[in-house]
Amino acid sequence: MYAQLVETGAKRVKSLDEMSPEERAFQEKIDAEVKIEPKNWMPEGYRKTLVRQISQHAHSEVVGMLPEGNWVTRAPTLKRKLQLMAKIQDEAGHGLYLYSAMETLGADRDEEIEKLHEGKAKYSSIFNYPTLNWADMGAVGWLVDGAAIVNQVVLQRTSYGPYSRAMIRICKEESFHQRQGYQILLDMMREGTEEQKQMVQDAINRLWWPALMMFGPHDDESPNSQQSMAWKIKRKSNDELRQMFIDQTVPQLEFLGCTAPDPDLKWNEERGHYDFGEINWQEFYDVLKGNGPCNRERINTRKKAIEEGAWVREAAVAYAKKQKQRAEAA
Amino acid sequence: MTQKEALTEYLLRLADSDMILGQRLCELCGKAPALEEEMALMNVALDLVGQARNWYEYAAELIDDGRDADKLAFRRDAHDYRNLLLTEQPNEDYAVTMGRQFFYDAWHYFTLKSLVNASDERVAAIAAKALKEVTYHLRRSSEWVKRLGDGTEESHRRMQDAVDILWRFTGELITPDKTDQLMAEAGIGPDPEQLKEDWRGLVKEVLEEATLTPQPDDAWMYLGGKRGEHTEHLGFILAEMQFLQRAYPDATTW
Repeated sequence: MYAQLVETGAKRVKSLDEMSPEERAFQEKIDAEVKIEPKNWMPEGYRKTLVRQISQHAHSEVVGMLPEGNWVTRAPTLKRKLQLMAKIQDEAGHGLYLYSAMETLGADRDEEIEKLHEGKAKYSSIFNYPTLNWADMGAVGWLVDGAAIVNQVVLQRTSYGPYSRAMIRICKEESFHQRQGYQILLDMMREGTEEQKQMVQDAINRLWWPALMMFGPHDDESPNSQQSMAWKIKRKSNDELRQMFIDQTVPQLEFLGCTAPDPDLKWNEERGHYDFGEINWQEFYDVLKGNGPCNRERINTRKKAIEEGAWVREAAVAYAKKQKQRAEAA
Repeated sequence: MTQKEALTEYLLRLADSDMILGQRLCELCGKAPALEEEMALMNVALDLVGQARNWYEYAAELIDDGRDADKLAFRRDAHDYRNLLLTEQPNEDYAVTMGRQFFYDAWHYFTLKSLVNASDERVAAIAAKALKEVTYHLRRSSEWVKRLGDGTEESHRRMQDAVDILWRFTGELITPDKTDQLMAEAGIGPDPEQLKEDWRGLVKEVLEEATLTPQPDDAWMYLGGKRGEHTEHLGFILAEMQFLQRAYPDATTW
């Protein structure tokens, strides 16, 4: 999941009776599973919530390139290097695609990026963790893209048309990334040296909990979650999605021959689900507030890229203008 | 030098140049001036490393001493690397990055255009696929040189500086040595005189349109990459790029 704690502006969800005729018609459309398109009327809260969610998602794709950029120059073989480069390229593409979806809501890409750089906009907390060994490139693909897919598969049915369509396209590529990530780990566990196997377990130990945090806090009490669900921007609760992720991931973990850093993780026959330990929510909120291991580095890198690239973008604009004038004069 | 030895040497030059420039572009991940550029840079890098792999695979077959493409890329030290000096120069600002790319792309394009007709079928096949990619690289980098050269006052200054900084490494692209001569004679590599003329012609044309001044043709040139005498940069590039293969020499699978 690349969007966490998206503010909806709602204190509680309105009933149909409390709505204006426009709001009511809108809600009825949503309830009937009709997609909302850019030119349709929508409540301001719906628009703003979507801008926040889609921009968070886009920022996450872009910031998410950085922990991979940390290893792309050190990938161990030509095949792994090419795979990682292709994954990074896809992510830049997803970012562009999502910013475009966001702009259909009247938001401006540069303004939203500015908010990111000022610390006013969020991106997925997972990217504030460092990638410390090569197996992290496998674990990120498997766990992080895996968690993102669980969320995004559901988001393919989200009520806003352009976002839903973006998700359909993005999901295909991310499933591919996830399989590649898992394969990196599997190859190292099956044919690797003791040191390589240790790398894999170490990567899982560090990324397991942060991956579970990607689904966001418990949402039973959150008015934001309830409003997002009513608008069908969100289709399943954070806890439901987290459980789905754990249920599908634990057998893969066992197949690898690795363990999770959670002594409470075990199959519950009665529930038909895995039980798992409590997430360290203090850590989650600390990271969200900017106190993760890499928050500063990630934002500084992005800010520096955009600031130092200002003259390049200005030159491109100036040149395009000159070309246009020349064409008109000719 | 036999023809086979010359071909091996020549393939390593092609492979190493693609590999090192691809590596330099990888360093820019997350640091490009715009998201569109982020995507384009990684795309070009991906093409280059993919081409490097094809050249390495063929070179490994000819060398036939048990080393595969990965061993050639990740286990040779700087003095065995045969890349053009231009490709190992640091990214610096975007003018240098694009200037380096343009000078290389122009050389790469004309070289591949000739290799497509190589008497060696394997070379011709690899070159045919690469040429499609490099045609796009050249179009893109030419456009950027024009944009930056003829953009704002600042971009013009930076682009001119980039041309001046990089110029001394361009001589190597069009100065043939024995290997180049042998490859041309064997009907594999481009005719050195033709390559020089094409490269100079295109560079002159693009720089002119970009309102930039090239240095004189007889400017002093820094040579050596093709015989394994590099600038100080290459050692650091390899230290980073080869880290895992060097730190875990017993690992056979990654």
